[in-house]
Amino acid sequence: MTDTNTVTSSEQEIRSEVRTWLEQNWDPDSTLLAWRNKLIDSGWGVPAWPKDWHGRGLTIGLGDAVDDELRQAGAVSVAKTGVRMLAAATILEHGTDMHKEKFLRQLLTGEDTWCQLFSEPGSGSDLAGLTTRADFDGENWIFNGQKVWTTSAHHAQYGMLLARSNWDVPKHQGMTYFLIDMEQPGVEVRPLRQMNGHASFNEIFFTDAKVAPEFMVNKEGVGWKVAMTTLAHERRLADGIRSWGRGDKGNGRVYEEQKAEIATVMEPYKWYPQRAGRVDLLIERAKATGKFDDPTVRQAIGKVLIMAKAAEWTGRRVKAAHALGRPPGAEGSLGKLAGSQVARLAAQAHTLIAGADAMLTNDDGAMDGLISEILISVPAESIAGGTDEIQRNIISERGLGMPKEPRTDVDRPFRDVPRNTVG
Amino acid sequence: MQFTFSDEQEEFRLIVRRFMDDKSPTTEIRKLMDTDDGYDKAVWKQLSEELGLPGIHIPEEYGGQGFGFIELCIVLEEMGRALLCAPYFSATALAATAIIEAGTEEQKLALLPDIASGQTLATLAFTDTTGNWEVGSTEVTAEPVGNDSQASDSQANSFQLKGTKSFVVDGHIADLLVVAARTPGTTGAYGLSLFTLPGSGNGIKRRLLKSLDPTRKLACIEFDNAPATLLGELNGAGATLPHILNLAAVALASESIGGAQKMLESSLDYAQLRMQFGRLIGSFQAIKHKCADMFLEVELARSAAYYAAAAAAEQTADFPAVASLSKACASDTYMKAAQECIQIHGGIGFTWENDTHLYFKRAKSSEVFLGDPNYHRDQLVLRWEN
Repeated sequence: MTDTNTVTSSEQEIRSEVRTWLEQNWDPDSTLLAWRNKLIDSGWGVPAWPKDWHGRGLTIGLGDAVDDELRQAGAVSVAKTGVRMLAAATILEHGTDMHKEKFLRQLLTGEDTWCQLFSEPGSGSDLAGLTTRADFDGENWIFNGQKVWTTSAHHAQYGMLLARSNWDVPKHQGMTYFLIDMEQPGVEVRPLRQMNGHASFNEIFFTDAKVAPEFMVNKEGVGWKVAMTTLAHERRLADGIRSWGRGDKGNGRVYEEQKAEIATVMEPYKWYPQRAGRVDLLIERAKATGKFDDPTVRQAIGKVLIMAKAAEWTGRRVKAAHALGRPPGAEGSLGKLAGSQVARLAAQAHTLIAGADAMLTNDDGAMDGLISEILISVPAESIAGGTDEIQRNIISERGLGMPKEPRTDVDRPFRDVPRNTVG
Repeated sequence: MQFTFSDEQEEFRLIVRRFMDDKSPTTEIRKLMDTDDGYDKAVWKQLSEELGLPGIHIPEEYGGQGFGFIELCIVLEEMGRALLCAPYFSATALAATAIIEAGTEEQKLALLPDIASGQTLATLAFTDTTGNWEVGSTEVTAEPVGNDSQASDSQANSFQLKGTKSFVVDGHIADLLVVAARTPGTTGAYGLSLFTLPGSGNGIKRRLLKSLDPTRKLACIEFDNAPATLLGELNGAGATLPHILNLAAVALASESIGGAQKMLESSLDYAQLRMQFGRLIGSFQAIKHKCADMFLEVELARSAAYYAAAAAAEQTADFPAVASLSKACASDTYMKAAQECIQIHGGIGFTWENDTHLYFKRAKSSEVFLGDPNYHRDQLVLRWEN
């Protein structure tokens, strides 16, 4: 097998070109903004983007090689993760030149933060059932309604807003996608406190909020299609958060400024490792508490280990097959479902290990409250980013080819579809 | 570490699958499971002579095909999928592996070629009537024969076995028995050795047990001073047998994956055929979600079995732990898949006529054979190096 590492000559050339450019330009003592503007001007910031828009039109693979060179040189990159990259991908694919001109650079420098305004209290899994109104008053689009689960909204300048502009057509055809200025009187942002005490998300209330017609994306009524572009990049974002959260190491002004930026962006995600169950702590904790001698505890740990390792190996099988150019099987969609189960089993095992301490939290709790944070964060794992039930639908329909459940909501005007009275 | 199969391995799998599809339709399974021998001699001859399967992981210098453990696991997965009735697991996965791992050079040269050619049916007897799978649990004893300083080498290797082995796969038909026994007066893993003796030799009484899974024949074998030859070193099995059993556990995990996959496919087929309440039952989320979960579990167990097979082939340090991981995972998965397959079939799934019970029974016997999931989960955690 088969971790073949073919280095193409063009990759070598590009790597050496980047290295040379970095030797001449990388300056850890510059400001973050000045450095990023320079990087954007060079095209090495987002090399896989089109040449006209700050990139070099390279393949994703070569783009990764460029990123790798930046990392090796310890050079700070553009602000390329966070929800802003979902906005960037959407604007690049569906936006006008004016949108690209106005938004892309400030997005890459990190000056602008974005948020995604999709989910609503009345439409979670059924995103296409959203009811935030978009009405055109002859001059502007006017918005009324409520969004929820919005990360970063409290410090975002702009939002990607999906709203209903036509109630007389089937649900998927009546939505339109807008780029909205969050800093206006009609937009109210409130933090949403979760069961684990953190407030990582916000609720957004629109009361006659306004967007000028030129900030509509694509056309009226094709919002669903545009939103699919945004969502397609969401999984990649989740991967990016993991690697980006560490930041670059070094001394200099640019590092300090990046550290501050990461701290702000990562703040909502700081409990995410606990949400996934902290499998890494199980054996160490069991030994430290003496519970390792209890065969029922070992059974609980064994169940977690099996699920976690098998899921990890499944991921590697998928990657290895992909690297060989073999067609992807349905096993690619299994990771999220496996993750939920790992998290639940891990929480169960942590409970057995903690014993009575599982009743305590914060500095009275095990590991200064870290264990209790696991116990009360795990329920998010099987909901966020698509519930387990939605994953099972995807796996059974797209992966296993099973028939769809008959639907009553898609073939009639949205106005006539029964819906929640809330929100 | 290998995370995909090579093109050659994929091709080999297809060849084996075609053979199994052809030779092991359920009509054959149903016919053979009612016989005492439990296999078709003509099919055995073919899979030996045309495909060389009994010698798949036996090195070429001992008459085998010289492939590795991964290829053995591919064969077993396909056999498990087709529920092939043949004395393959006993001869190749158990006995040949034991001889490869424990035998001297001379013994390998003497014993392996006939197993590789399919002429000798062999098996490994290591569990007593207690059904304890722990390596050190056996109470069958081996007394040296003619044990004086003048004895020739062959005499020094001569022993007499006394005691009873049970749950011996294909033990009633095996021409050659590999038996774990202990030096009298010893306990635990110390004092354990492996011995070989002909299945129909003196002092041996064999009884075919009534097995819940009629496609896996089990025997009880009584040894009453049965003459046997030491395999490898005296008191050496405490070191070799654990590894042999780890390899066997991975082999069984592979076989189970094949069966579990078959249960998933059978569930999907039926769910897209059976109408109730005016629609295919496969359009109900109650059924779809069951199938999605089955698929998840089968793929996870498959990854574990493949990883363990690669770990065996590459002799990685984590092998003992992942061997137990793969066995526990595969056993639970196969059992669950067979159960759900019956559930999805509804009443018809509980009938003798429907084939699901054949797999259900194989899943049940595989669940406990070589140690149940609780045992292997515990082994996994105790062996885990964090």
